[in-house]
Amino acid sequence: MYEFEFKRPGTIADAVAALGAEEAQALGGGQTLLPTMKQRLAAPEVLVSLSGVPEMQGVCMDDAGRVCIGGATTHATVAAEAADNYPALAHLAGQIGDPAVRNRGTIGGSLANNDPAACYPAAVLASGATIVTNAREIVADDFFDGMFTTALDDGEIITEVKFPVPEAASYQKFLQPASRFALTGVFVAKFPGAVRVAVTGASEEGVFRWTAAEEALSADFTPDAVAGLAVSPDGMISDLHGSAAYRANLVKVLTKRAVAAC
Amino acid sequence: MTKVTMTVNGKSVSGAVEGRTLLSDFIREGLRLTGTHVGCDTSQCGACVVHVDGKAVKSCTMLAAEAEGAEIKTIEGMANPDGSLSVIQQAFQDHHGLQCGFCTPGMVMSAAALLAENPSPTESEIRKYLEGNICRCTGYHNIIKAIMAASGQSVADVAAE
Ligand code: FES
Ligand code: FES
Repeated sequence: MYEFEFKRPGTIADAVAALGAEEAQALGGGQTLLPTMKQRLAAPEVLVSLSGVPEMQGVCMDDAGRVCIGGATTHATVAAEAADNYPALAHLAGQIGDPAVRNRGTIGGSLANNDPAACYPAAVLASGATIVTNAREIVADDFFDGMFTTALDDGEIITEVKFPVPEAASYQKFLQPASRFALTGVFVAKFPGAVRVAVTGASEEGVFRWTAAEEALSADFTPDAVAGLAVSPDGMISDLHGSAAYRANLVKVLTKRAVAAC
Repeated sequence: MTKVTMTVNGKSVSGAVEGRTLLSDFIREGLRLTGTHVGCDTSQCGACVVHVDGKAVKSCTMLAAEAEGAEIKTIEGMANPDGSLSVIQQAFQDHHGLQCGFCTPGMVMSAAALLAENPSPTESEIRKYLEGNICRCTGYHNIIKAIMAASGQSVADVAAE
């Protein structure tokens, strides 16, 4: 790792001020960023840890019935504390990485990084969640902008994520056992009158909504409703773990499993 | 350099660290507690697992400066006060839960974190919990047996191979 200056502010305001420095970078739990810095693929001059900001911690419910999660909340905390109010989300958090990774990694860090195979982006997009930053609120449909890219401006921090709770939901992750990311993962969320289906790990553009399946499932919420749909392998990730066609097939298989599990 | 202060195995310690000093480096080089092993340094093997405020963490993937004020426990803090092996450590010995021993500090720390959370885990819960701990020697079965035994459960049904 190259040298950098380390800062650990105690408030969002101080964190935003610290991130105003040249080449400053926010640090969530560091489970992706620190390995990236060790490989010298990232070399911030100032690293601003968000782990000491109490106002960005924890899980609660708001008046609109949404599950609200502080940006610096770890996966382990979400797995434990969202279990009653949004079990599919808690289940997703409890499958990220391994226990030690879940004790450090945070929801805000995962979303800001927008790894094309990360789990949280699928939950956020399928739930139609709202990303709250120090400056504004961003709806899920406007947040993800292709792999490793989001609508966040430089120095903007995810302070909270608000999840509307669906009637039924399920996340099906086809594990890539070495990285423990999703080889492909599908999150299905059934709301009154609408179904949302978000897919991670498959597309070169990062997380996306499978709108054809959403329409089919809105009319008929059964696994067979997507049986006749085709998923094009164009633009799907192809690597030694799975070809584009394999991932395209997984999208359909996992969607069916998710509906069956709802 | 910044000064960090934390409690390690019950004792307050402090030292000067760079921003980039990893918690594993501070423990091994700064405190000379070399029981915490670094197998991969890429967050994969779990040999470096320690407890930070009671939670299992990969110390190669946390900055020492982030542990300011924290309560750290390493493998050196696991034995009983009289120096005899703790229940978990003794169970690893009794059930041959180690061969070369390189992964063992991390395995024991993960096992202790699991049993603190779930005092009577099933075999499958133990296997799941150890997903981030890699062992090149034992083939895991004896590690699972040791943890079953340490939690007071029968090891008779654990897969033999
Ligand atoms: S040395 Fe930390 S996980 Fe391998
Ligand atoms: S005993 Fe040798 S790596 Fe586990």
